[in-house]
Amino acid sequence: MYTFTYERPTSLQQALALIDAGGQALGGGQTLLASMKQRLHNPEQLVDLSQVPELQGIRQQGNAWVVGAFCRHQDVASHAGLKAALPGLAHLAEGIGDRQVRAMGTLGGSVANNDPAACYPSAVLALGATVHTNQRSIAADDFFQGLYTTALDAGELITAIEFPVAQRAAYAKFKQPASRFALVGVFVAQTASGVRVAITGAGNGVFRHAGLEAALSQSFTPEAVEQVVIDDQDLNGDLHASAQYRAHLIKVQTQRAVQQALA
Amino acid sequence: MQTTFTVNGKNVTLEAAPNTLLVQALREQMQLTGTHVGCDTAQCGACTVLMNGNAIKSCNVLLAQAQGAQITTIEGLANADGSMHPMQEAFKNCHGLQCGFCTPGMVMSAVNLCAQKPEASTQDIRHMLEGNLCRCTGYQNIVVAVQQGAAAMKA
Repeated sequence: MYTFTYERPTSLQQALALIDAGGQALGGGQTLLASMKQRLHNPEQLVDLSQVPELQGIRQQGNAWVVGAFCRHQDVASHAGLKAALPGLAHLAEGIGDRQVRAMGTLGGSVANNDPAACYPSAVLALGATVHTNQRSIAADDFFQGLYTTALDAGELITAIEFPVAQRAAYAKFKQPASRFALVGVFVAQTASGVRVAITGAGNGVFRHAGLEAALSQSFTPEAVEQVVIDDQDLNGDLHASAQYRAHLIKVQTQRAVQQALA
Repeated sequence: MQTTFTVNGKNVTLEAAPNTLLVQALREQMQLTGTHVGCDTAQCGACTVLMNGNAIKSCNVLLAQAQGAQITTIEGLANADGSMHPMQEAFKNCHGLQCGFCTPGMVMSAVNLCAQKPEASTQDIRHMLEGNLCRCTGYQNIVVAVQQGAAAMKA
């Protein structure tokens, strides 16, 4: 790793001043530190957010759950209230990486990084969540902008994510067994305004699928997506899976997610 | 920079550069070489230690992130009289290892999973050991050892 300086602010105000001056926010570091070791990243300063109280906590707010950006995956997976209201989201958190990674990694870190095969972006997008930052609130549909790209400006920090409670929601991931990232992951949410389907692992970044959404809005059953055509044109193909195979998995994982949501 | 934390029950203050990994501090500054570095990319779990009761991968955590934390390494498991922790005993009895390189991480992860889920089924154990790779055993005896260790820890 290159050398850097390290700060551990104890308030949001302090953290924002450091980040505004060019510091790199550090969540749990499970992706950031690994990529710094590979010298893919070379921040001059890390700003450890672990002691910032404003970024902590999971709370209910009306018909939504607000999860602080620094909540670790294991906190989301094991929160009784959240688990009862949004079991699909807790289940997703329970399946990220492995237990050691889940003990460190944070919601804000994962969403800000927007890895094209990360799990969390699919939940944020399918549930129509709102990303709160120190400056504004961003709708999920506007937040994710493809490969490692988000609507966040320089100096802007995710403070919390607000997940509206869905009527039904579930996540089905087909794991890449070595990395445990999603080869294809599908998050399905049935909401008052229709069904939303968000897919991770298959493309350039998380995306919604209009055909699957239309079919499931008509009939929320695994059979309903049978005739939906999944175009493999823009999907990833690599040594782990061809684009055609990923297209096939999208349908299968959608059916599994619907089954889980109905169970 | 200075980091003050607790390692195996002892208060320690270390002076190290900010880019020092927790595993480097444990192995190179404290000579606690029981914690192994396998892949150095946070995949294999050989470097697993407990931080505030959670199993974490010490090759993917900065020493600075351990400020104020309680760390337990494999050296901290045995009893004061030198007799083995029940989980170590179970790995020995069940031959839950071959070359032994992954074993410190396996044992730390196993101790932690039993604390989190004392009634873990075989399937739970396999799921919860997902972050620890063993290239020798095929995991069969490791899972048996964890079951035996879990029973012994409850006794």
